[in-house]
Amino acid sequence: MAVEYKATQLLTEKPRHYCPGCGHGIIHRLVAEAIEELDVHGDVVGISPVGCSVFANNYFNFDMVNALHGRAPAVGTGIKRAKPDSLVFTYQGDGDLASIGAAEVVHAAMRGEKISTVFVNNAIYGMTGGQMAPTTLVGQKTTTSPNGRDADWCGSPIRICEMLSTLEGTYYVERVALDSPGHINQAKKAIKKAFQYQMEGKGYCLVEVLSTCPTNWSMSPVESMDWLKENMIPYYPLGVFKDKGAE
Amino acid sequence: MVKFSIKEELCKGCELCVRACPKKLLQLSPDKLNEKGYHPVMITDESACVACGSCFSTCPDTVISIVKE
Repeated sequence: MAVEYKATQLLTEKPRHYCPGCGHGIIHRLVAEAIEELDVHGDVVGISPVGCSVFANNYFNFDMVNALHGRAPAVGTGIKRAKPDSLVFTYQGDGDLASIGAAEVVHAAMRGEKISTVFVNNAIYGMTGGQMAPTTLVGQKTTTSPNGRDADWCGSPIRICEMLSTLEGTYYVERVALDSPGHINQAKKAIKKAFQYQMEGKGYCLVEVLSTCPTNWSMSPVESMDWLKENMIPYYPLGVFKDKGAE
Repeated sequence: MVKFSIKEELCKGCELCVRACPKKLLQLSPDKLNEKGYHPVMITDESACVACGSCFSTCPDTVISIVKE
């Protein structure tokens, strides 16, 4: 049986600006492959955030809009309401979604907007130089928490999936990770499912992808994947938090 | 037969594919540098590749493509 693994046509051939080993590249491929398999690529609008993936529009062969910091779900709401037949997704990092954009994502989910969000959680602000994010783990060293995050002073990290799954408006919420090929395959299935539900006109879907930032974690890409597995997954458990379609 | 190809100019030498390969067939080319200044990945024994796709799956820069006939 012939087996073929090669880059989808929905990704451009432009070399990506991400650091070596950055999870964004993997997630870009998963998003593009999910869209290709759903065969909706003529009518897709992605919304890129502010953060390292701000130039994601350079790497996808479909329409992209760049939103203000954190405002991707609000922009997505407008696009989806104007073009209800389009596949509209937001691609957001943790600094974008969980910090400055926390209000937008909560309210888009509350309203049950029929959009999908790919939420990339790498527990740090990447583009701006490795500052502490709301998702930074307790004890994790960043440039603004050089002695490690102190829970008494800064609180404990926010678990977006658990929080949003309590809202009536969310239809599907799952957390996945990139630390192994098996988990990457699961991540692709989750992203595809979120897009599928949207095409069926269901409510708000969010897939949180635990990713890495080797540069700002001061690790090699291989070490960072091990760190993700050993430290992030115990605090951010993987799994489906809500799937109204399976109930 | 497995045809394994590497776009060396895109490789950033992150070694995630090296970590993922269950047959331990991948390594960074010790004597070669690409335009960006990284040692690109290379396959030591193409005939031993089972085309599982683990390297393709973990590569952030879609450097690798595999066709198995």
